Amino acid sequence: MTSTNWAYSSNYLLYAAMIVYTLAMLSAALEVAINVKGAKVLVTPSGESGPRVDDTKSERWGRIAIALTSLAFLLHFAGVIARGISAHRVPWGNMYEFSTTGSVAVTGMFLLLLRRHSLRWLTLVVTFAVLVTLGSAITLLYVPSAPLVPALKSTWLVIHVSAAVISGGVFLLANAVAGAYLYLDRVESRGPRPAWALKIPSLDALDRLCYRLVAFVFPLWTFSVIAGAIWAESAWGRYWGWDPKETWAFITWVAYAAYLHARATTGWKGRRAAWLCLLAGSSFLFNYVYVNVWGSGKHTYSGL
Amino acid sequence: MSEITPADLGGVGGLRWFWRQLTSMKTALILLMLLAVASIPGSLLPQRNQNPIAVNEYVLKNEGAAKWLERLSLFNVYGSPWFSAIYILLFISLIGCVIPRMLIHIRALSARPPKTPQNLDRLTFPRSAQSTVRPDEVLDRAQEWLKKHHFRWERESDSVSAEKGYLRESGNVLFHLSLILFLVAMGVAAGYGSKGETIVVEGDTFTNSATSYDNLTNGSKFDLRKLAPFTLKVDRFVPTYDLATGAPIDYKLYVTARESDGAPKRELIEVNHPLRFGSTNIYLQANGYSPVVTVKDGAGNIVMNGPVVFLPQDTNLTSTGAIKLPDATPTQLGFVGTFLPTATMDKVRGGFSTFPDAVEPRLLLSAWTGDLGLDKGMPQSIYRLDTTKMTRIGLKQLAVGESWTLPEGVGSITFQGWVRWVNLQVVRDPGKEVALVGSVFAILGLLATLFVKRRRLWVRARRDEDGATVLSIAGLTRQEYEGFEAEMNDFWNALTAKGEVR
Repeated sequence: MTSTNWAYSSNYLLYAAMIVYTLAMLSAALEVAINVKGAKVLVTPSGESGPRVDDTKSERWGRIAIALTSLAFLLHFAGVIARGISAHRVPWGNMYEFSTTGSVAVTGMFLLLLRRHSLRWLTLVVTFAVLVTLGSAITLLYVPSAPLVPALKSTWLVIHVSAAVISGGVFLLANAVAGAYLYLDRVESRGPRPAWALKIPSLDALDRLCYRLVAFVFPLWTFSVIAGAIWAESAWGRYWGWDPKETWAFITWVAYAAYLHARATTGWKGRRAAWLCLLAGSSFLFNYVYVNVWGSGKHTYSGL
Repeated sequence: MSEITPADLGGVGGLRWFWRQLTSMKTALILLMLLAVASIPGSLLPQRNQNPIAVNEYVLKNEGAAKWLERLSLFNVYGSPWFSAIYILLFISLIGCVIPRMLIHIRALSARPPKTPQNLDRLTFPRSAQSTVRPDEVLDRAQEWLKKHHFRWERESDSVSAEKGYLRESGNVLFHLSLILFLVAMGVAAGYGSKGETIVVEGDTFTNSATSYDNLTNGSKFDLRKLAPFTLKVDRFVPTYDLATGAPIDYKLYVTARESDGAPKRELIEVNHPLRFGSTNIYLQANGYSPVVTVKDGAGNIVMNGPVVFLPQDTNLTSTGAIKLPDATPTQLGFVGTFLPTATMDKVRGGFSTFPDAVEPRLLLSAWTGDLGLDKGMPQSIYRLDTTKMTRIGLKQLAVGESWTLPEGVGSITFQGWVRWVNLQVVRDPGKEVALVGSVFAILGLLATLFVKRRRLWVRARRDEDGATVLSIAGLTRQEYEGFEAEMNDFWNALTAKGEVR
């Protein structure tokens, strides 16, 4: 196949992935809907009342949602690879490709971490977020497949960006968990959980899950920043120059470091830790969106 | 923390209170967050050390605000007193915290596991059973298992106490020490580093001495006479462009490098591959065109013959510059020039370039006579003509080889051709190896401190009144250790075989 054919294949694969993501999202929504419809309010002998769900019917839809998400991931991943083949390089040379690759990392890390952690309740959020990212990438950010500018021709592009993309995927998952924590914390302060939220783990479990995700990926993020510094040394003559992108990567790093310290040492659990985690994750997103699109500095490869 | 306030204490006590506050975890966390917040303005406002031109433009546009921003060092955030104050306090806090921790940990490394507590039931995953095996046999098995799993253990009369995961605290200390290494690296760079830029035209030779640079900044402790002694001849600069889009694909710079006592060596410099001389690196930063011109004055003397560096204005390398001839007679001559590598003419935009490579090169000139203003001793940009005391005498477009005889008999100019120039950045940073070592330590330390779990295990086996062996185990960890229960089960299974336990 020629470069152009590969580029077209990439586009079609991504469209197909979007269709399957949509089906996955609908299945996940159906799971929640069946739970809510079938919920019964039981009054326990102690007088506490709250809805209970019978998940035998909804369970199947939850599994289907995961199966569809896995299929969508494969299509999405193939689309990203095809894009790389069409351009003869790694598929992250501009904002369109950062978005398609970044969102495949989110799905990939979600499916991977699903094996060890109770994350299935996040399917709806993850598929929705990935759909929005892919949709905006295709409509707003699309640029034709092209070779790299000379500054990006380096092995470090592969190492630095892939580490950053994977870290980002996990950061966003941690953000979703922290957000769910804060929301459910408010809901629970008013009364028992409503039916739709019953399959989400307890607040305590969410808090621990968030910590585990961040602790798991923080060394990788550190590595990504250091790999970037090594690359900057060979490309720009300094390993650190407070370029806007570097500054925000530093802010993200410091914020997550503070989160880990707060959680491990001073025992900041729960609400305050969740806020800190959200803050750190937002600085990552800000770096991705604002600095890439509107920012100045040396990291301007968005192609926009 | 304690409830004592500094008012209750004397001078030394007050100092001690202050020190304790500074080195407390809470203060360190606040300083850490403060550092993050403090670095934000530098990413939103232009910074003088990164982009001085953008700072000047900003100052011109927002004069009132700029005065205050300047006072608050907001155009130089990362070198400002308040930013320095935060990170210096943070590092003092960090050192005050990590050094005592390190000393405690060094002592702990050679310490034996703590004595088995009287009551194992109060600890994590306690388990107890009667066994038919002798107590000694149980403890032997425990010892065997602990040895196999690299625990540190201590046999007591009726129990074994064990501990594992010291690497966690070692990693923690290593990580924080590595941050101090970063500070050292920054200090070395600030004291002994240097960074200079220079534009060199193809065919010219650059000699590494302070006077050869267009600008040069150096650390306070660095003697400029100690610049690495080398010369660099720029042989050829070869860019490759995408024919469809004009986007650059590749830049190759061929040079002949020569160290003071060595033979000349041909080298290739690319964007991601600087040329390295010890701790001095030479980077290819920017490039552009220099039209080559011959200028004769009114008397027929050649007053200029060679390349003039023009600065690129857009991605298609439309380049502008100035040619100044202060020695021309009867009057000083000046040209404002635009070099178009691939020229196109347009009624609205005038002349501009449509491709960065020199396919259809043209030189657009406007000629000026009068006073160039060079004699006043005021520094002037070599790329701009100060026309306040000059008059324009004509406009002309030249192709390669064409000449233009200026009106009023003041001389002539010939467009001979063009060469390329490159902007080289020469950087000396003897601290970067320290920073690299710091990074490796930081990552290793992080991995250890986040993934190694420190835990204690105990087993006790003694005979009860009936002569049966009662064995009990328990564990303790302060970390979130998901696999602890599985590990405890494994330990239990090693102590008890089928049929032995009741």
